[in-house]
Order: sequence, then structure tokens, then C-alpha cells
Amino acid sequence: MTAILQQIVNGLSLGSIYALIALGYTMVYGIIKLINFAHGDIYMVGAYVAFFAVTLLSMNLGVALLLAMLAAALTGVLIERIAYRPLRNAPRIAALITAIGVSFILENGGILVLKPDPRAFPDPIRWRQIRLMGGSLVLSTQDLFIVGVTVAMMLLLVYFVQRTRTGRAMRAVAYDMQAAALMGVDVNRTIAVTFAVGSALAAVAGVLVGLYYNRIDPLMGLVPGLKAFIAAVLGGIGSIPGAMLGGYLLGVIEALVGGTQFSLFRDAVSFALLILILLVRPAGLLGRNVREKV
Amino acid sequence: MVRRYLRAGNLAVCALLVATFLAGQVAIASGWLNPYYQVQLFSMGINVILAVSLNLINGFTGQFSLGHAGFMAVGAYTAAVATTRWGLPFAAAVLLAAAASAVMGLLVGVPTLRLRGDYLAIATLGFGEILRSILYNVDYVGGATGLLGIPRLTTWPWLFALTVVTVLAVKNLVNSTRGLALKAVRDDEIAAEDAGVDTTRTKVLAFVLGAVFAGIGGALYAHYFFVIQPTTFSFLKSFEILVYVVLGGLGSITGSVVSATALTLLSAALQQLAALRMVLYGLVLVLLMIFRTGGLFGTWELSFEAIGQAWAWLFHRRPPAGDRAPLTAAASSPGSATLPDLPEVTRDGAPQDR
Repeated sequence: MTAILQQIVNGLSLGSIYALIALGYTMVYGIIKLINFAHGDIYMVGAYVAFFAVTLLSMNLGVALLLAMLAAALTGVLIERIAYRPLRNAPRIAALITAIGVSFILENGGILVLKPDPRAFPDPIRWRQIRLMGGSLVLSTQDLFIVGVTVAMMLLLVYFVQRTRTGRAMRAVAYDMQAAALMGVDVNRTIAVTFAVGSALAAVAGVLVGLYYNRIDPLMGLVPGLKAFIAAVLGGIGSIPGAMLGGYLLGVIEALVGGTQFSLFRDAVSFALLILILLVRPAGLLGRNVREKV
Repeated sequence: MVRRYLRAGNLAVCALLVATFLAGQVAIASGWLNPYYQVQLFSMGINVILAVSLNLINGFTGQFSLGHAGFMAVGAYTAAVATTRWGLPFAAAVLLAAAASAVMGLLVGVPTLRLRGDYLAIATLGFGEILRSILYNVDYVGGATGLLGIPRLTTWPWLFALTVVTVLAVKNLVNSTRGLALKAVRDDEIAAEDAGVDTTRTKVLAFVLGAVFAGIGGALYAHYFFVIQPTTFSFLKSFEILVYVVLGGLGSITGSVVSATALTLLSAALQQLAALRMVLYGLVLVLLMIFRTGGLFGTWELSFEAIGQAWAWLFHRRPPAGDRAPLTAAASSPGSATLPDLPEVTRDGAPQDR
């Protein structure tokens, strides 16, 4: 029993990372119906910016995190402007192919510029272990930190989307781009903001994963990017609470599978989950079913 | 009946193929083509098979699959196990590989082809990764180390024959009545259904055939490069095949052949700079989608008719003949010969998506 509980605790940290990345996927998909394959690589950009800020510029972690968010947001906006905006009215597959291309450029550009070898992410904080239930359940303050930061970010995001003017514009554009434009919403600006916010959240995930695994490399965004996409679909793509739920669910499921003798099939289980949800309930757990228009 | 197949154009194609085959055979046997270039030549053939078969699914039928490396893996592993473990001859191994890929194509295609556009893309990608994860964990096929010491049974005649068979099979299929159904599904699935096309059957047919040829490509790959590993067949391999197809033009066999050949040479030239090559591939994808969505060739195909038109335009200053030139040899697959007056279904290179 405690073993399962321990796996769930482990899964929460991983789930936080997935949830943060999934938020970006879901926001972008919600607004322009694009699977932004490059999103996982923006998370890598964030991690590297924080890494250089801490090691080269000897900033403290908080400032480095802000800088990483800023840099990632800028990258996201730039990608949208250059690669995706010209294709807004093109077939969706064309935009998907472009996204794959952008992902190639970021990953392999990363290898060229940053060298392919992994780097040790500096961890300035001394974490402590908390033992619960007579010492059988170990909880690190790092886990608490990761979950805490994630939840704080999510609350901020929900506030932003639900309570601010820009957030309302985002919801309006996601609901009906043309109608929103007719009501005077600056669609281009709103989409740019969406990319900025999603990318900044991915940067937070990048920094947290750097602290968690202590290593970063240019291809670090590849697999978590796909996993976070699964999380977004699981929760209901386009839905912000769905992305959070999906992220944590996927993290916990992976940790639970990882604790059994089938641990090597962890990735297969995640992808199987994706296909299952696509076939059984394509709108996801919290998504609304949208009737297809003829 | 017989006379229809004995047109000048078909004979010319045959002569050209025989000449190419003999030239390759002589170049290899005489040692004029050194081993390094031989590897490139064989990679070209295999990549052409993969690109043309993916084009059948993505380009002609408009079903965006990102799982092609998975079918390649099925073929590669089946064939390799057949020759190394069961001691079967290569021909039987290739047939088994094709059969196994067909079954896998059916298993994957039937449930997922109900999905559309990007959802189908991500589901097929998922299937490819699941398959790889299984290969990774099954000791019978070598697990993470993969299968080693596969005999080099892919000879020039095998490679040449199977490449030609793939290209001709796909060409004849897309030019047949059923090919019209494929393109109709791509252009407007609902309209196609209204016109009486069994869309599910059509999609599954294209998917399974594409999988079969990918499996054959995998079998050739395994028996040329000695070693296959699960990592060889990751979704990055699928993306690579996708680049061939997109660059050449979704819906152009000529385009797939040309771009698979050219990009194989490019990647050979950039062998030391794999990352740079991938950056270039990325740029190609982005720039193509923004400036030339149809790829280099759109849906254009090389044929004697097209050459004739170009010739007339160049030297006689006649405008290219209209779209309904008399049926010449090059366009004389049985299907198009019996249905000369059907209107063109294709509208443009990009598959429509709603």
C-alpha cells in the first residue's frame, strides 16, 4: 500500500512537468487548432536559458526562472510570427508539417549550438527528505516545491484567462476567431499572447525538470513533449483544467507502471492510453464534444 | 487485350528499365561503383520505396500517417527473423514481411482511420512508438541490441525489381478507378461518400498497401545493413520519410522518387553533420509549407506525354496541349484507358482537411 502511495508521490512531480507543458499545447490547440510539435523544444530552450543564467551570469534561481520564461515566451512568439501565422488559413496538415519542421530546427540547431552532450543543471537549493507513516513514505521538499510552483502557475493562468481582458479575448478567439475579430479583438495579438504564455509555462517546466533530474540536453524536449501532448488529449485538448488533470493523471499512471515489472513498457502504456482515449472519447475527459459541421 | 500492353510507351519504359538494370549490374559487378557509392545506391532504392508507399497514404489518400517507420520495422524484423532464425530463403522472408506488415496495417488502420487529420497523425505516431517499445522488450528479437549479423541478401536485382514493382504498383493503383476513389476521399470525404465511394474500405486499402511496401522496404533494409535496432525505426525515421514525400509533392510519385533520391545523396554528403542535415530538413518543411505547399512537383508526373508537351512547347512554340490530350502510351494504365472521359478529381497537391 505504501509502495503504491510512494509511486503516486513520485508521479506527482513528473505529472507537474507534464501538466505545465500540456497547458501550452492545449492553449495553442484551443486557439488555432495546431498541434505545436515544437512546444517540447521550447521547454528545452527555457531549461538552457536558466542553465546559462545560473552558471555563466551567476544569477539566483528565481531571476533565472523569470529570464527563462521571458526568453521562451519570445521564442514562442517569434515561431508563431514566422512559421505559423502565414499558414493560418492553410490546411491544418500544412501547419502540422511546419510545426514538425520547427521542431527539427530547434532540436538540431540546439545540438549544433549547445553541443549534444548533456549538462549538469546546477541545483542551489538544499532539499530535505520528509519521512511519513513511520518512515515508509519518503517525501522530498523538492517534490513539494515542484508541485507548489506548478499549482501556483496554474492558479495564475486561470486568473489570467478568466479575469483579465486579454484572457477574455483569448477565450473569444478560441471560441470563434472571426466573430471575435468582428467584435474588435486583435486576433493576431491575442494569438501571440497565447504563444507567449504557453511558452513561458513550458520554460517553468524546463527549469523544474532541470532541478529534478539535474541534467539537460538539446533533445530533452522530444519525449516529454509527446507525453505532454498525450496529457493534453487525455484531459481534453483545448481545456485548461483538462491539461492539468491529464498531466497529473499521466504522471501518476507512468509512475505506477514504472513500479511494476512492466516498467520497460512505460512509454507504450502512455501511447496506448492516447490511442484508447482518441478512439473512445476523442474530446478527452473534460473536453466538450464538438459536432462536425458539413 | 495483349496489344494494349504492347504500346510504344510501355515498350520504351521496359527498355529503359532493362537498360538501367544492366547499367547498375555492370557498374556493381565490375567494381566501378565503389562500396561507398553502392551503399548510397541501395539507400536510394529503399528510400524511394518508403517515400512512394507513404505518398500513397498521405499524398493520394490524404490520410496523414506518421507511423511509417513502424511498418518498416515490422517488415525488417519479420524478414530478419525468417532468414536468421528460421532459415527461410530471402524470397519467402520478403513475402512474410509483406504479409506481416499487411496484417499490422490492417490492425492499426481499421481503428485509427476513423480519426481525421492531426488526430490520425498522432495516433499513428503512437502506434509506431508502441511497436518500438515492444521490440525493445522482446528478447527473441534481441531487445535493445536488436538483431545482429543478418546476411546481406539484398542484391541489386532484388532491390531494383522491388523498387520498380513498388513504383509501378502505386502508379497503376492511383491511375485506376480505385485511384479516383482514393483521390476523392482526399479531396472531400463527405462528397466521396455521397458519390458512392466506400470511404472506410478505400482508406484501409491504401493504408494496408502502403504498409506492405514499407514492410518490403524494411526487409530490404535489414538484409543490406546487417543490423536492425529498435532505435532505427523511431518516429524520427517516419518524419524523415515524410520529408521526402512533402518535398517531392504530396500526390506526385515522380516527386517522391526524385526527392528521396536527392535527399539520400544530400544526407550522404552531410554524413558527418547529421544535426545540420536535420536543421536543413526542418527549414525545407517550413519554407515549403509557407511558399509552396504542394511540394516541388505538386501533383505533376513525369510521362511521355509531359515530355512531348514540353518538347512541343520548347521547339515548336506550341502552347502545351490542353488537359485532355489524346491518350498516349504513357497514360495507358488499364484503368485510365477504360475511363477516358472522367473529369479530373485532383484539385491541388495539398490534401484537404476540415
